[in-house]
Amino acid sequence: MFAIMLFLASGIILGVLVKHNKAVIKITDNLTTWVICLLLFSLGTSIGGNEKITGNLSNLGMQSIVLTTGAVAGSVIVSYFVYRYFFRGEGER
Amino acid sequence: MKGSITIIVCFIIGILAGSSSLLPDPILETDLSIYVLYALLFLVGIGVGSDPRAWHIIRKIRLKILLVPGSVIFGTYLGVIPCALLFSDITIRDALAVGSGFGYYSLSSIIINELRGEVLGTIALFSNILREIFTLIATPVLAKYLGKLSPIASGGATSMDTTLPVIAKFTGKQYVMIALFSGFALTILVPFLVTLLLS
Repeated sequence: MFAIMLFLASGIILGVLVKHNKAVIKITDNLTTWVICLLLFSLGTSIGGNEKITGNLSNLGMQSIVLTTGAVAGSVIVSYFVYRYFFRGEGER
Repeated sequence: MKGSITIIVCFIIGILAGSSSLLPDPILETDLSIYVLYALLFLVGIGVGSDPRAWHIIRKIRLKILLVPGSVIFGTYLGVIPCALLFSDITIRDALAVGSGFGYYSLSSIIINELRGEVLGTIALFSNILREIFTLIATPVLAKYLGKLSPIASGGATSMDTTLPVIAKFTGKQYVMIALFSGFALTILVPFLVTLLLS
């Protein structure tokens, strides 16, 4: 937890400092995509070689769909009330 | 960044490589990924900190706007808890961690994979990709019947980039700033909430 906070926070601070340097921002952007690709590739390799997952895809898919349904339904319903009581009518007439 | 097809392709190539035993074992065994993850967090931080939109938003911020990402977090947690009860192999903590991806599937699945293993990592990946796809498809209907904040809530962390165009189109200009703010706030919170829930 501490390490995650440290890396993210120092990244944000550095980002603020270099925000006018377009070259650095572009390199960061490309590097981010590559690192994400690398990590998802490695997640892919461990999934591909893992019987617990390949033999169980329909079950995992079902669980994912149910969790997404719950997550989206919950946040949409709460946001509806927040909209009704705090936002509706503003700037809309 | 979150919605790139390249990323999905990398993932699929990884699966194929892993299942075809093309790779020598050492690649599968090494535990470098935690350091790569730290590097990624650092890079994500630079991206957020250097985004010119971030400062524009902070200058315009009012207290009320905090309710939007707040309602996404609260609503997501409220919604996934009963789902966890349906499955014997998913604990409430697991479900909350998957929900805490808020659609940011690359980062959340990588962290969850690291902290809790490939099975939950895969569920996090699928579930958060679905959240993004659902938002892209359902935004017109959500905006019409469930209030202008509902597509922003559904999009979660993605409302600052991949789902922003469709949200802007169906909710109106004044909600673009709210969508950006909520997406930014959730994007920054994803690594913290996921780690907090699983440690």
